[in-house]
Amino acid sequence: MSARRPLPPLLDALVVPLASLVIAFAISGLVILAIGEDPVAAMKLMVEGALGSTYGWGYTLYYATNFMFTGLAVAVAFHAGLFNIGGEGQATLGGLGVALVCLMLPWPHWSVAFLAATVSAAAFGAAWAALPAWLQARRGSHIVITTIMFNFIAASLLNYLLSNVLRPAGSMDPASARFAEGLQLPRLGAVLEPLGIAFSDRTPANVTLFVAILAGVAVWALIWRTRIGYQIRAFGKSERAAVYAGISPVRVTIIAMLISGALAGMMAVNTVMGEAQRLLLNSVEGAGFIGIAVALMGRSHPAGVALAALLFGFLYQGGAELALWTKIPRELITVIQALVILFTGALDNMVRMPAEWLWARISGGRGR
Amino acid sequence: MSRENHSGQPATAAPLPQVPAIELRGISKAFGPVQANRDIDLSVARGTIHGIVGENGAGKSTLMSILYGFYRADRGEILISGARAEIADSRAAIRAGIGMVFQHFKLVPNFTVLENVILGAEEGARLAPSLARARAELGRLARDYELEVDPDAVVETLSVGHQQRVEILKALYRQADILILDEPTGVLTPAEADHLFRILKGLARQGKTVILITHKLREIMEVTERVSVMRRGEMVATLTTAETSPEKIAELMVGRKVLLRVEKAPARPGAVALAAEGLQVVDPGGVERLRGVSFALRAGEILGIAGVAGNGQSELLEVLAGIRPAEGRLSIAGAPVALGGPGADGQARRAAGLAHVPEDRQNLGLIMDFAAWENVALGYHHAAEYQANALFMANGALRADTADKMARFDVRPPNPDLPARAFSGGNQQKIVVAREIDRAPKVLIVGQPTRGVDIGAIEFIHQRIVALRDAGSAILLVSVELDEILSLADRILVMFDGRIMGERAAGATDERDLGLMMAGVA
Repeated sequence: MSARRPLPPLLDALVVPLASLVIAFAISGLVILAIGEDPVAAMKLMVEGALGSTYGWGYTLYYATNFMFTGLAVAVAFHAGLFNIGGEGQATLGGLGVALVCLMLPWPHWSVAFLAATVSAAAFGAAWAALPAWLQARRGSHIVITTIMFNFIAASLLNYLLSNVLRPAGSMDPASARFAEGLQLPRLGAVLEPLGIAFSDRTPANVTLFVAILAGVAVWALIWRTRIGYQIRAFGKSERAAVYAGISPVRVTIIAMLISGALAGMMAVNTVMGEAQRLLLNSVEGAGFIGIAVALMGRSHPAGVALAALLFGFLYQGGAELALWTKIPRELITVIQALVILFTGALDNMVRMPAEWLWARISGGRGR
Repeated sequence: MSRENHSGQPATAAPLPQVPAIELRGISKAFGPVQANRDIDLSVARGTIHGIVGENGAGKSTLMSILYGFYRADRGEILISGARAEIADSRAAIRAGIGMVFQHFKLVPNFTVLENVILGAEEGARLAPSLARARAELGRLARDYELEVDPDAVVETLSVGHQQRVEILKALYRQADILILDEPTGVLTPAEADHLFRILKGLARQGKTVILITHKLREIMEVTERVSVMRRGEMVATLTTAETSPEKIAELMVGRKVLLRVEKAPARPGAVALAAEGLQVVDPGGVERLRGVSFALRAGEILGIAGVAGNGQSELLEVLAGIRPAEGRLSIAGAPVALGGPGADGQARRAAGLAHVPEDRQNLGLIMDFAAWENVALGYHHAAEYQANALFMANGALRADTADKMARFDVRPPNPDLPARAFSGGNQQKIVVAREIDRAPKVLIVGQPTRGVDIGAIEFIHQRIVALRDAGSAILLVSVELDEILSLADRILVMFDGRIMGERAAGATDERDLGLMMAGVA
């Protein structure tokens, strides 16, 4: 113990991630400097490319929608003390759920199909999380291991299905057939137009964004306002106290993982139905893993997850711009993202400890 | 450090002023805004046993940690045998002749006694010379101080009392002149405690200085020559033990008069509320923890279960609470309840009218990160009054109920939004007790209700338990504190090695009698 003092919650939730972010960007700047590029110009380009136009915003929000879903998925599992690394696989299966719904049935209107696809994506994602959850709850097989394995199984399964079952005859591409024309989800531009807001229509951001926001509100209510949320949190904080209270670890583990898997699965509506309009081999594109960083940075709170999802959306889109217009290789974007994850997630205490020390100094005089 | 000086001094209390073994002058230590020690002066005479008492959080541990080099004082100085000492770490403390016996032993369980004793004090790369030297030295210490332990025994096979002797031997082997013991009797039987006190008196006679930190006033009265009382980080008094009384010390500790004895009317037992028959538990390691425990608990009585920690009391509580499966039969108010499988969980037990104040409040009874109001719902999260509708919980009502409970059970500070970890041990326990008692359960099972709880809160919790009994609840009290069992229980069962050794009426027994049964001597 030394002269430190816990930060007030709001300060803790804002200052620590922001400071971590600044350090991550500073080090990224040094890396860019080291490869002979101008970090200030690079930063400008990223901001300009991701946030400087509605086109940039469109892509940023599109990515953020993905990360919001996977981030919420990881966050719900975190509250139960479970580390769901299987967002990638659950979203892959969610994509399958979307594609099956869109391809199998003739839908009268996109909205009905959208609803059905969302439910189907959630169901497929939840189902993919169910087995690892059951193995953890009943057999004690560690969920980190099983969900990672299920990511690989999901990838292989999709590969098989796209190559052998869903591939239209005559196509050489391991992808499903294109969905019917009317199933295109309204883009953000079309949604905002009646409100008098001019928004680029050439970006994939679509109505799924609003579902993501709703999901955030729902997760907040679930975790902090419902009985099952209470049980999930109690179990996550102290398994022994939960058992003392008569909360069944098996039940809570399975429920939390089903909800987590469902949220990860719902991500696929954005990519498969909102953007590609067909099921592709790698439609998840690592969003399942980014969700872990998003949940860590967002402190498993939906509002924090939303902000972190936006940040990573910015990094994705800004990074793409960087790769397009400069000699900075695309891999460097991965480095920047990794630094952000490292500092906000893993090295959290590196910032928090000095911050608490500083806080003790500042508030020490009036503490007594 | 020169040992010759000390041994030359007369061991008997000489009237001429002698240099104190330890002197603290103006020691202050703050953690952030919390002043853990404020301007502490302490002088401990050589060759005496000096007690330090105080409630939890009074600053005893901080002071001893400063003495042992874990913390550095912000201000003040430490004098060892009259010379200023800088104690930067525990190595420096050992060099200065200070030895510490912690509450939780720091022994390697699968090493022998000898190996544990030389651990960290080996000389050279080869062990054999150190071991031989230690063996000779242990023999001498055993003769001098009644510290007999088989040097080749593996530590984990030793009883707790013997493990503690190994800790003392470790300190003496490192040439400790000043021995600090932190709550040494918490895990001992009365007989083992008596033996420990004989050892300590022997050490003092031979010129060693002993500092005994305890919250048991009886021990202070029994073995110490002088006693220092701490309250809220300050040293409020240092008294000659022979000239004071437990009541006086308790008053100094708490800052007001306290009742050390529980005032209660004779019990009026009613119908059997809880009946256990042949309870058996085998733990996953194949060890039998309960070997056929049977008893009946009646409404309106307090049944105490005495025993040294680790003789099956914890398992018994867990079985009764539905959180550990067992064989046998159990009924609450005449209705059989499950001991394993579905129906054997905390919810089913609460539905049957059983409430449980667990032994381990920090891991079981409370979720330390949860706010007080969230903890009040723990186990009662299905209660109708905490639901707003089918979907949501009524967090507002829950907060209001918590505020009400906090007021009635004198929880301080009375703020439902503070996390459990922000409360002192006593106030944490009051939150648990409020939650479990407030529903007037048919049966209340209580484990170590006052462990780590300050005297003021102990008095309060005892009164509440007696009031619940008088209101007609059946209470099972498990405690390793014999004082607590003797003063609270109407009837006493003694457990040893997973069995019930015998039963006594509370008025017809004493510590000696119970102590024999606790040691397995029927």
